[in-house]
Amino acid sequence: MRDASGGVQNIVVFGGTSEIAVATLAHLITPSTTAVVLACRDVDAGRAVAESLDVADTVEVVVEHWDATAHDSHQGVVDAIGARVGDLDIVIMAAGVLGNQDALEADPTSAVGMIDANVTGPVVTLLACARQMRAQGHGHLVVLSSVASVRVRRAAAVYGAAKSALDQFALAMADGLSADGVDVTVVRPGFVHGRMTAGRPPAPFATTPDAVGAATAAAVRRGRRVVWVPSALRAVFAVLSLLPRPLFRAIADR
Amino acid sequence: MSVAATHRVSGWGNTTPVRVRLVDDAEVDMSAFGSRGAIPRGLGRAYGDAAQNSGGTVVRATGETIDLDDATGLVRVSAAVSIDELLRHVIPAGWFVPVSAGTRFVTIGGAIAADIHGKNHHRDGSFGDWVRSVRMLLASGDDVVVTPQSDPELFAATCGGMGLTGLIREATVQLIPVSSSQMAVSTRRCNDLDAVMSTMVDAEDTNRYTVAWVDATVRGARCGRGIVTFGDHAEDASGADPTAYRPRSPVRIPGPAVPLVNSVTGRIFSEMWFRRAPRARDDETMSIPAYFHPLDGVDRWNRVWGRRGFVQHQFVVPLDADDVVREALATVAASRPANFLNVLKRFGPGSDRPLSFPMPGWTLTMDLPATAEVASMLRGLDERVLAAGGRHYLAKDALVSPAAVSAGYPDIERFRSVRDRVDPNRVWCSDLSRRLGL
Ligand SMILES: Cc1cc2nc3c(=O)[nH]c(=O)nc-3n(C[C@H](O)[C@H](O)[C@H](O)COP(=O)(O)OP(=O)(O)OC[C@H]3O[C@@H](n4cnc5c(N)ncnc54)[C@H](O)[C@@H]3O)c2cc1C
Repeated sequence: MRDASGGVQNIVVFGGTSEIAVATLAHLITPSTTAVVLACRDVDAGRAVAESLDVADTVEVVVEHWDATAHDSHQGVVDAIGARVGDLDIVIMAAGVLGNQDALEADPTSAVGMIDANVTGPVVTLLACARQMRAQGHGHLVVLSSVASVRVRRAAAVYGAAKSALDQFALAMADGLSADGVDVTVVRPGFVHGRMTAGRPPAPFATTPDAVGAATAAAVRRGRRVVWVPSALRAVFAVLSLLPRPLFRAIADR
Repeated sequence: MSVAATHRVSGWGNTTPVRVRLVDDAEVDMSAFGSRGAIPRGLGRAYGDAAQNSGGTVVRATGETIDLDDATGLVRVSAAVSIDELLRHVIPAGWFVPVSAGTRFVTIGGAIAADIHGKNHHRDGSFGDWVRSVRMLLASGDDVVVTPQSDPELFAATCGGMGLTGLIREATVQLIPVSSSQMAVSTRRCNDLDAVMSTMVDAEDTNRYTVAWVDATVRGARCGRGIVTFGDHAEDASGADPTAYRPRSPVRIPGPAVPLVNSVTGRIFSEMWFRRAPRARDDETMSIPAYFHPLDGVDRWNRVWGRRGFVQHQFVVPLDADDVVREALATVAASRPANFLNVLKRFGPGSDRPLSFPMPGWTLTMDLPATAEVASMLRGLDERVLAAGGRHYLAKDALVSPAAVSAGYPDIERFRSVRDRVDPNRVWCSDLSRRLGL
């Protein structure tokens, strides 16, 4: 359940070892929180994250095995989490891999796993969670998208297209879910310094996992549907989206 | 699980709207409740999540019976009848409700379920003290009459039980006699909290009703300054029709919910409110609505807090812990959230009803915006309240933790064992009971 200030009892993260998700958790956990579920592929890494979370003794931290690419298991995992903690108050979908466009082009088959992890798996799990939240009459889905999904660059064509599909899916779901008391927040960060981007040259408007976490938690409390981090990116992409393709290419693929 | 949860409901504070299936008692089908159970609902004046059941069923009481015994003042009344409707019926006959909340738009069912208190608690106790019997629908599907003699534990758990023991359908309530529909009210303006408190204590001996508005927008020694009002029902007023009772229809605020209360307007209202009050005035004649229900003059006034809603935080601390009241007001004054309405009252003896809120002590009620900052400020205060042996009012709550309830209501196990007996599968449940693990 949710309290008057937006604090919730149960928070479930898919892709539970994601730096952004962990940073977001830090901003979402309140004294009302009773359970945090980290659903992830690497259970040992999940346990390490669980250890590192700064939570009161009264909060139960659960690590569940969840593999984005093992679609058949998703409904079962969502059911098991519900049976264990009760209502799914907030679900954060943070699974995703950045991949390397050149490598994908050299080995086309490898794009399957990459697309599965970024869109197919998340969609299956989000559908299962949405069904459960409809039955509850409340809930909040938080979907980590990316500005890369807004106008897809050639240098990240597969990743951007996959995120774009997820982003559009989440927004479309939101339209139907709001009538059932379920909120959706789509998070579009720019370049985030962290493990996932280590070694890559930072883009303008780079941000940090903690900044994304803080902005996400604030957007969840306010019930905002889309949040850009940093917020200036919203205006930047409003312009970028309108640019003729040759011009966009010149800017984006520098 | 078959019918979709199609209705949006929330409490009066409008902070946690959810979807439910709404049905009237007249057509209730318990077999259709489904796995998320059901909770009764009256007029939705509880501020938090007591009368909502996300994804489940919400049952509205129905019925219009008001059967008054003119000679004794005993009234048999449907749970769905509001205090407003009841008063229109009984005042002309010379009777009045024994306990009035700050709004007359609460149902008899809601008044019993929250065991509501009024400005006369120090003398007359809470609503449950005046209920002689209830007829209710239990989880088993049985329709039973419960009196303090027939099933003392179930009766005690139902008065204050927030709807969690079953749906109240009808009650027999003892009314109090009045000889007019007017009030004789005295006012004292007090420059600090000590003066407010001592004025209230002095007034209690000779007055049925006492209450104070206190100011939490000024800091330092003046913090907690306030306006104490006390009084009683006026003796037969001079007019030709002493018990005429015609409350005016409320005015509406047009347009969408726009936040009008902020820290600046709150401070301005408070200053004006304080200055407008007379330093001391005695025996002013006031109507019942003007005295008891001033907020009812504006329809859906809760919308002045805007879409994000607000919390009304109410706690009670034992009489000797009045420093917690002082600290609460100082904390609010220091952090300057939007705030205007704070009400202070001294309770008399409590009851043995396990979830009933009143206990001997000072109770402070504060309307505040539902923000994360306010929540953490209140959590800090809650610890002080609990450490002092106090508790929070469930009919107002939307914030406290399960631990705060077990600490504040040491008799909660008695409540749970009644539910284990009459509702082992927890057919009756609410977002409140889910959030607080009642
Ligand atoms: C402006 C304002 C001033 C107030 N002032 C006071 C005050 O001075 N003192 C005070 O004590 N309270 C006060 N309250 C709180 C209010 O009196 C209680 O919340 C009361 O329970 C509301 O009654 P309702 O009919 O609106 O019930 P709801 O808000 O609909 O329901 C409240 C609770 O009662 C239960 N319930 C309702 N009907 C039934 C039924 N038929 N059978 C079983 N359970 C039922 C519900 O399940 C729920 O738990 C105030 C509220 C407002 C908005």
